[in-house]
Amino acid sequence: MIGDLFSARVIIGILASGIRLATPYLYAGLGETISQRSGVLNLGVEGQMLMGAFAGFYVALTTGNLWLALLAAGLVGALMGLLMAFVSINLQAKQGISGIGFYLFGLGLSDLLFQKLLGRVETVSGFAPLHFPWLSDLPVVGKIFFQHNILVYIAFALVPLTWFLLNRTTLGLKIRAVGENPDAADSLGVSVSRVRYFTVTLGGTLSGVAGASLSIALLNVFQQNLTSGLGFIAVALVYFGGWKPGGVLIGALLFSMVNALQLWVQTLGIPIPSEMAVMMPYLLTIVALVLAGQRSQAPSALTKSFNRE
Amino acid sequence: MRKLYAVLSIVMLVGVLLSGCGGGGTGGNAKAFRVAVVMPSAINDLAFSQSMYDALVTIQTERGGAENFEIAYSDGTFVVDDAAAALRDYASQGYDLVIAHGSQYGSSLQEIAPDFPETSFAWGTTVDTFVAQGIENVFAYEARAEEGGYVNGVIAGTQTESNVIGVVGPIETGDAKLYVDGFIAGIQAANPAAEVNVNWIGSFSDVALASEAAQTLVNAGADQLSGTAQMVVGAVGVAEENDVAWFGTQSNQTSLAPTVVVANQVYDWTVVLDQMFDLIEKGTLGGQAFALSLENKGLLIEYNSAYNLSDEAKSAAEETIKGIVAGSIAVNVGE
Repeated sequence: MIGDLFSARVIIGILASGIRLATPYLYAGLGETISQRSGVLNLGVEGQMLMGAFAGFYVALTTGNLWLALLAAGLVGALMGLLMAFVSINLQAKQGISGIGFYLFGLGLSDLLFQKLLGRVETVSGFAPLHFPWLSDLPVVGKIFFQHNILVYIAFALVPLTWFLLNRTTLGLKIRAVGENPDAADSLGVSVSRVRYFTVTLGGTLSGVAGASLSIALLNVFQQNLTSGLGFIAVALVYFGGWKPGGVLIGALLFSMVNALQLWVQTLGIPIPSEMAVMMPYLLTIVALVLAGQRSQAPSALTKSFNRE
Repeated sequence: MRKLYAVLSIVMLVGVLLSGCGGGGTGGNAKAFRVAVVMPSAINDLAFSQSMYDALVTIQTERGGAENFEIAYSDGTFVVDDAAAALRDYASQGYDLVIAHGSQYGSSLQEIAPDFPETSFAWGTTVDTFVAQGIENVFAYEARAEEGGYVNGVIAGTQTESNVIGVVGPIETGDAKLYVDGFIAGIQAANPAAEVNVNWIGSFSDVALASEAAQTLVNAGADQLSGTAQMVVGAVGVAEENDVAWFGTQSNQTSLAPTVVVANQVYDWTVVLDQMFDLIEKGTLGGQAFALSLENKGLLIEYNSAYNLSDEAKSAAEETIKGIVAGSIAVNVGE
């Protein structure tokens, strides 16, 4: 039975599932990377995802326009990000606690809107898997890489883009400076709060899109607490990835593929208790976090409010 | 700084209030029968919580509306501590019956019920009324989910062509386990050659993982799928995308995928609730256990009329229902 795990259909299945499952983690994790690199820990990702997921779903259902729906999800996420920025930058609230507050706020408000505006679980026809001429029909490779919806490809494209933003642009330099040494950045004329407003709002936007990647692309439904903790895993993946976009990519893929692997372990009837199987990706994350913790440095000013003295 | 914390606590407070959103009952009639229920998921989850809420609304209509029958609920109470607070709250507000609709609320109820000896409580799904612990004001209720699971399994086993059938479950316990065990037993009775693959995803709420589990089962060759609990809404979508038959349970899920839903086992809690209300009105506040079954029509098999079910499968299902009701077919599964 264990041998069945190494058959082509299982390996293809694991890789394809892993790529699909990694998508929301990538959007949310990359957004969180940008915001943490500027020194702001946003624990409200989950709440922003839920609000984005609902906004996207509702607009898709009422207008039928998926791009408009995606825009709405991004805007709602951005708004949540702006609020978070205001609370953590202007009011200088403790970032961890206010993030949890925003999570509860998003969880509650998305559910309230869902109950009042929709009132029942419905489906919507979301972004369908693409079919590339020739490529999608390739054996093995086609199934793994070329039969996903457009939001999956955008998520993966954002990995090098985020890297480029952080490491090759002036803005990226400012973001990193603000996250490492805000006093020095400030004395050089960089507006710490403006940079942080930008990163936290961008992070919120990406979290909103992460939610939409579930509600109008992968799942095409909305229900209470749709994201079910995915946003917190995305935050963990930022630590896992050592605050680097590439690290987040590796973490998201690893976590998702181990999750896909455990689904196959159960499907093939390999005699491991299901409780053990579902623990596999989490165990792996903890082990990797312990190892990664010794390797990477968090941005020095992470979670610290900036106070010009 | 003080001001900041004030703002912060308001944000958090609003969040908590919103996340605990529930509905209140109306009605000022002092003689109205008042019921409160605490549920782990949303009242419109097309599954466990909705089945209870719908039953209460049906009874409310039968009894002449909110004036005679008042309903209050807290839904989405997946945090057990929140549920315990809500249960205590309803009990102290003098509700006639306070329902803890979730196996996970049991230990909280065991602590709360003795403090309100005049209030009747109900806990499901379970068979334990805590009589052994000296508590006499708790009713227990459950669903013989394995019965409808068995009927669904017979249909799936009859109409499968690939001889591979998949199931998505939450956690291997309670009525989810009963349903899945019954489904497997039904398949094996109808088609011993069929292979059944089960995926327990370890969560009642992870829609994304449930959907990926369904995809995995389809990739493994399943042409019939079923699943239980509220996170299966994503899995139903996967069934529809792949044109794979879907069997629902707890509520009628046909609206989610009208082309592939074959049949649903639907819970009708009015059967057990009516019995409880009669007992409470006569002064008995607990100590008895009730169960939904095909026999007492608390479990119903609802077919999707738009699905082209073969005569062979339909009559196999009807024979099975008759057999279970008559006792000639024993669905022997258990915890």
